[in-house]
Amino acid sequence: MDHTPPPFFKRGPAPLVRLFFFASLSLALLVVDARFRYVDGLRSWLALAAYPLQRAATWPIDVAMSLGNYFSTQASLIAENERLRAQLLGNVQDAQRYRELQSEAAEMRRMIGTTEKMPVLAMPAEVLYLSRDPYAHKVFIDRGSVQGVRAGSPVADDTGVVGQVTRVHPLLSEVTLLTNPDQAIPVQVVRNGLRAVAFGGGASGMIELRYMPANAEVEGGDRLVTSGIDGTYPAGLAVATVVRVERDEEHSFARVICKPAAGIERGRYVLVLTGETARPPRPEETQAKDRRGEKTRRSKAKDKSAGEKATGDDSQ
Amino acid sequence: MIPSSSQILMPVRMSTILGSFALALFLNFLPWPDLRLVPDFVALVLAFWCVRQPRLVGIGVGWMLGLLADAGNGVLLGQHALAYSLLAFLSVWLSRRILWFGPMLQSLHIVLILLVTQAAVLLIRLAAGDHFPGWPILVGPLAGAILWPAVTSLLLRPQRRREREQAI
Repeated sequence: MDHTPPPFFKRGPAPLVRLFFFASLSLALLVVDARFRYVDGLRSWLALAAYPLQRAATWPIDVAMSLGNYFSTQASLIAENERLRAQLLGNVQDAQRYRELQSEAAEMRRMIGTTEKMPVLAMPAEVLYLSRDPYAHKVFIDRGSVQGVRAGSPVADDTGVVGQVTRVHPLLSEVTLLTNPDQAIPVQVVRNGLRAVAFGGGASGMIELRYMPANAEVEGGDRLVTSGIDGTYPAGLAVATVVRVERDEEHSFARVICKPAAGIERGRYVLVLTGETARPPRPEETQAKDRRGEKTRRSKAKDKSAGEKATGDDSQ
Repeated sequence: MIPSSSQILMPVRMSTILGSFALALFLNFLPWPDLRLVPDFVALVLAFWCVRQPRLVGIGVGWMLGLLADAGNGVLLGQHALAYSLLAFLSVWLSRRILWFGPMLQSLHIVLILLVTQAAVLLIRLAAGDHFPGWPILVGPLAGAILWPAVTSLLLRPQRRREREQAI
């Protein structure tokens, strides 16, 4: 123990009093943060303070990877080159067909008089680290508001959608993964165009379609892509593949379990899609509200909150 | 061997405390494969300083560290703050008792404190509408308690006198 004599006369408030003070402060913060989001400024400052440590924490992995690269043998490099060349050939063919189809689609769009789709811009970003919270299903990426990331932008990797930017700090931003139970994404079955909303499945690492009618035409192996009707996700990004469909006679809804297409918990590099689609403003809903009264208002509030989840936090 | 609590130690330096907290935050931010199985290093170091230096590191410090952890992890602001203030209070309150025991029995006290902290976080998460993450969540506090003797000997090292001085 150290030698300083205990200061008998100035010890401050008793520990129990301090505990009550700080506990009530924390509870107030919790409520304010969960309900009103007033403290996002404070959060940004704290995140900026933690940023150097977070940046430093990715350093050991960088070193390990560069060491691994250094020692990779020539044979494996040659094999990888071969594989990449074969892949490139396939991609070039696809790209040519894509260009052709794109011009064809643009022509058809002009013919039926709909607006032309805006091109989607992609910003590459590196995943810094997973959130230290087994419940959260979030990752942090090294691009923030300084680089022009906006809250609500979709995030994808080379194989499909990974998630959505939910909070933007100056130098990094937070991406909620598709597997987060609170994250919803509007999807479409490729085979027959059936639309649905997919929710995260939590710890299982799967995503599921809820509230599908029991006779919905979905079967194992169906591919799901973004439908694009929410105006947030561009249409046609791969989302998941249906693994199995549970039709229980007790429930009137079918439960559809799907496996995400992207390497959600694995990838190290992602793309932040920042293409702003020129979408029309939301139609006014005041008249309908007056006419239909209290009951529908409540259900509408529910709809609206679900819609906000799906389209990201537009209000930020 | 002389038990660590009865050795005469040099006064602690502020840089040691700050450095240990920075190291603990760094360890927490490392990209671990499964976070439920990894001990919470910040909680461990905070408990250590609250037990050893209850007049320097207390509930306020725990609260500030909790806020940093919350913001860094992007979770609800205040949940780690609450849990760490609770942890700091328990450690300060039990500090005289804990120092009476040897490393193994100290670990038994620490595992209780860490479990209470974990339970506080869990309760807040459940109240906020999250799912129960499964029983592996208990492994983190246990691993933390197992690490306690190592943490003690590591963090007390800067305060120990050299052998020659001790002999005099």
